[in-house]
Amino acid sequence: MMTQIVFYVFAAVLVLSATMVVCARNPVHSVLFLILAFFNAAGLFLIAGAEFLAMTLVIVYVGAVAVLFLFVVMMLDVNFARMREGVQRYAPIGGVVGGVLLVELIMAFTRWRVASNIDQVGHIVPSSPTRTNTAALGDVLYTHYIFLFQSCALVLLVAMIGAIVLTLRDRPTGRRQNIDRQHDRTPADSLEMLQVPLGVGVAAQGGFLRPHTSYDVASVPGSYGTQAWREQEMEEETQTALVVITPAAGTKGQDNA
Amino acid sequence: MADFFFHTTLGQLLLIVLETLAVLVPLLLGVAYLTLAERKVMAAMQLRKGPNVNGPFGVLQAFADAIKMLTKETVIPSGANRMLFLFAPFLTFSLAMVAWAVIPTGNGLAIANINVGVLYLLAISSLGVYGILIAGWASNSKYAFLGGLRSAAQMVSYEVSIGLVIVSVLLAVGSLNLNDIVLAQRNVWFCLPMFPMFIVFFISALAETNRAPFDLPEGESELVAGFFVEYSALAFGLFFLGEYANMFLMSGMVSILFLGGWLPPLGIAPFTWIPGPLWLIAKILFCLFVFIWVRATFPRYRYDQLMRLGWKVFLPFSLAWMVLSAGFLMVTGLLPGGAG
Repeated sequence: MMTQIVFYVFAAVLVLSATMVVCARNPVHSVLFLILAFFNAAGLFLIAGAEFLAMTLVIVYVGAVAVLFLFVVMMLDVNFARMREGVQRYAPIGGVVGGVLLVELIMAFTRWRVASNIDQVGHIVPSSPTRTNTAALGDVLYTHYIFLFQSCALVLLVAMIGAIVLTLRDRPTGRRQNIDRQHDRTPADSLEMLQVPLGVGVAAQGGFLRPHTSYDVASVPGSYGTQAWREQEMEEETQTALVVITPAAGTKGQDNA
Repeated sequence: MADFFFHTTLGQLLLIVLETLAVLVPLLLGVAYLTLAERKVMAAMQLRKGPNVNGPFGVLQAFADAIKMLTKETVIPSGANRMLFLFAPFLTFSLAMVAWAVIPTGNGLAIANINVGVLYLLAISSLGVYGILIAGWASNSKYAFLGGLRSAAQMVSYEVSIGLVIVSVLLAVGSLNLNDIVLAQRNVWFCLPMFPMFIVFFISALAETNRAPFDLPEGESELVAGFFVEYSALAFGLFFLGEYANMFLMSGMVSILFLGGWLPPLGIAPFTWIPGPLWLIAKILFCLFVFIWVRATFPRYRYDQLMRLGWKVFLPFSLAWMVLSAGFLMVTGLLPGGAG
C-alpha cells in the first residue's frame, strides 16, 4: 500500500516534470525540470530495489550530464521572441514527426513479448538475501557479458576520440602555455634594471621600458602555432620591430648613474 | 519503551526524527563554532587575537554573527529570478545536511545504514554544484554568474579524481557500505597503505568545498564575492552555513575512508576506553584544523593551474594508482572478492 502510494507520487511528478521540460518557456527551467525528472526516476529505481542504478543515475545524469546541459543553456544568448516566431511555420513538420514516433511506439509496444529464455538470466545471477545488487550487476556485466560490455566501451571510446579530433584545432593565434617554461623563468630572464636619467623620463628611452630579450613567450621560437605561421611571425617581428631601445642623444643611456 | 520505538510505525518515525536531531543539532552547533574556530586559529597563526569581545575568548561571537544575519534585510535584485534565487541557498544548505544520513558514528550507528552509502555520498556531493550554479545564474549579475561557472567547472573536475580515489578504497574493502569500509580498517587505517590517495583526496576535498587555495569561485579580489555577491541576510547565512557544513561532511568522508572512522588508533586499553563517536569527532576536528591551516598558509591558485592540477596531475595519478592497487591486491590474493 505504502509502496504503491510512493510509486504513484514519483511517477506523477516524473511525468509532470518531463512535460514541463518540453513546455517551459525558459530553457534553464527546462533543464531544471529535467533534473527533477531524473530524481524521480531514481526514486522509482529505489522502490524497485535497484539501489545501485538509482545512485548511478543521480551521479552520472544529474551530477555530470545535466551540469553540462545547464552550463551550455545558461551561457546561450537566446532570443525568446524570435524563437517563438517559427512555431506556426514548423508546427506541421513537428506534428508529423511526433505522429510517426507515436505510431512506431504503439507498434513496438503492442507486439512486446518477453523472451522465452528470460529465466536463464536468473540462473546466471542467483538471488540471495545477502547479495547486494552491486555485486549482482558486476557479475552479469564483468563475468558473463564481458565481451559485449567491452565492445560498448570501445564504441564510446571511438565516439570520444572522434569528438576530440573534430573539435581540436591547432589555432595559430592560440597562446598555449608551457608550465615548465613558466616555472623555469628566473628574474635574470625577464627582468632588467635600467638606470633612467633624472628628468629625462621614459620618452627618451623609446616610449617605454622593456628588457632587451622580451619576456613574452611569443618571442621564443617554436613555442606555439604551426611551423609556417611561426616562421612568418618571426619574420614580421624582425621587420617591424615595435620597440627599439636606443640611448637618447645627449645622455649616456643606461650607464648614467 | 524499547518495544514502542522498534515495533510500532509511530515509534519508528519518532526514532528517526530523534536520530536526525541527534546528528543535526551537534552538526549545526559545530558549524557555528567552526566559523569562530577558523577566525581564532587563523588569528593565532598570524599573531593576532581574533574575536575576543563577545563572551570569554569570544565564544559568543558565533551567536552574535547569527543574530546579525537574521535581523538584516533580504535584498532580491530587481532582475533576478526570484524563485530560483531563493531556492539556491536552501538547496545548498539542505544538501549539506542530508548527506549525514549515512555517516556511521559507531558500529552500525547511522541513521540509514545502506548498502550503497559511498555512492549516496558521491551523489549528494555532486549535487552541491547546482546550488552554486543556480545562485550564480538567478542573481542576474556578471560577477555572480562568472563565480558560478568557475565553481561548476572546478567541482566537476575534482569529482572525477575523488571518484577514482574512492574506487581504490573500495577495491580494498569489497563493499560500498560505509560501515564495512570502517570495519575493513581494523588492522591498519587506509591512510598508511594508500598515503598518496589520502593526499589527493584531501586536496580534492579542498577544491570541492571551494576552500583556499582553490576558493576561486569566491575570488573576492576579482569577482567581489563570486556567486553569492547578490545575497544578503538569511539567504547569505544559509550559503555560509552550507559551505561550512560541507567542510564537516568532507572531513567526515576523509575520516571514514582513510582515518578509520570511529576506530581508535590502536585496539588496546587506554584508547578503547574512549567511545567511538568521540574518535570520529576528534578525527573530523583534526581534518577541519588542517582545512584552516591550509587557508592560512597557501596563496590562491590561478584558475588554469587549478584545472591543470585536476585534469593533468590528479586524474592520471589516481587512475594509475587505482590500476596499481587492483593489480597488487589481485597478485597478493588480498582482493576481497565474491563477498556479495
